[in-house]
Amino acid sequence: MEGTPVFEALAGGVLIGLAATALLLLDGRIAGISGILGGAYGGARGERAWRVAFLAGLASGGWLAILAGFGEAAERSGYPLGILITAGLLTGFGSRLGSGCTSGHGVCGIARLSPRSIAATLVFTLTGMVVVAGLRFVVGIL
Amino acid sequence: MAKLAAAWFAGGLFGFGLVLSQMIDPRRVQGFLDLARWDPTLLLVIIGATGTTLMGYRIVQRRDRPVFEDRFHLPTATKLDRSLLLGSALFGAGWGMAGYCPGPALTAAAVGFIEPLVFLVALLAGSLLFDLYRRKSS
Repeated sequence: MEGTPVFEALAGGVLIGLAATALLLLDGRIAGISGILGGAYGGARGERAWRVAFLAGLASGGWLAILAGFGEAAERSGYPLGILITAGLLTGFGSRLGSGCTSGHGVCGIARLSPRSIAATLVFTLTGMVVVAGLRFVVGIL
Repeated sequence: MAKLAAAWFAGGLFGFGLVLSQMIDPRRVQGFLDLARWDPTLLLVIIGATGTTLMGYRIVQRRDRPVFEDRFHLPTATKLDRSLLLGSALFGAGWGMAGYCPGPALTAAAVGFIEPLVFLVALLAGSLLFDLYRRKSS
């Protein structure tokens, strides 16, 4: 892994913040990806279209950045499949039970100074750190 | 139509930002959570994103209503309940385990990366399991 990409990290973060701001300004919604994803297939009928449009935008923006030459060497391979699948299940279930993920709680919720989101962010960062320490020192795959 | 275009545009900015900031690289994410070999990239992304949103939301909320809707749709829950804390703990465990969360996984799968696609299928299964669980418990 190379050093910290300071400019790209800050600039990318600002773009994410502008995206969240634009979604509230234009459509009056919170940019929480897990909620948008869950509501895109199961939400109220009139609430599905904008969510699908947002997700399509996510893919388009990602493609554009890749075409512009960013995100090279960002793909990992050879990670244990069982861990990947277990992780997906936990992340999918947990984000719905906890009403949000890194974007909804971590970015938008903290920006609203919501006590629920601040608590959620502290909890998932802490458990994430514990699990990564486990992967490093117990499982030995990091 | 304008409402959908706006959502697509916002999603586009978000996806571009995730790739530019290297958040589609799960090693960067796990590096942030790894105190033994700490990588500050994600912290810088959070500072940029949350700082911008903090200012942006303040400006937006001076308005009575959004541009293409008649009202703001904001979360109304305020209590720190068990679902919030347990759900967040499970989410964090999965996040650390894979180095992916929903936004970066979706974006990375969309640009053709394989691991996030596998992760995403499992994530959708987890989300569907939650729908089942909620239907049973209500």
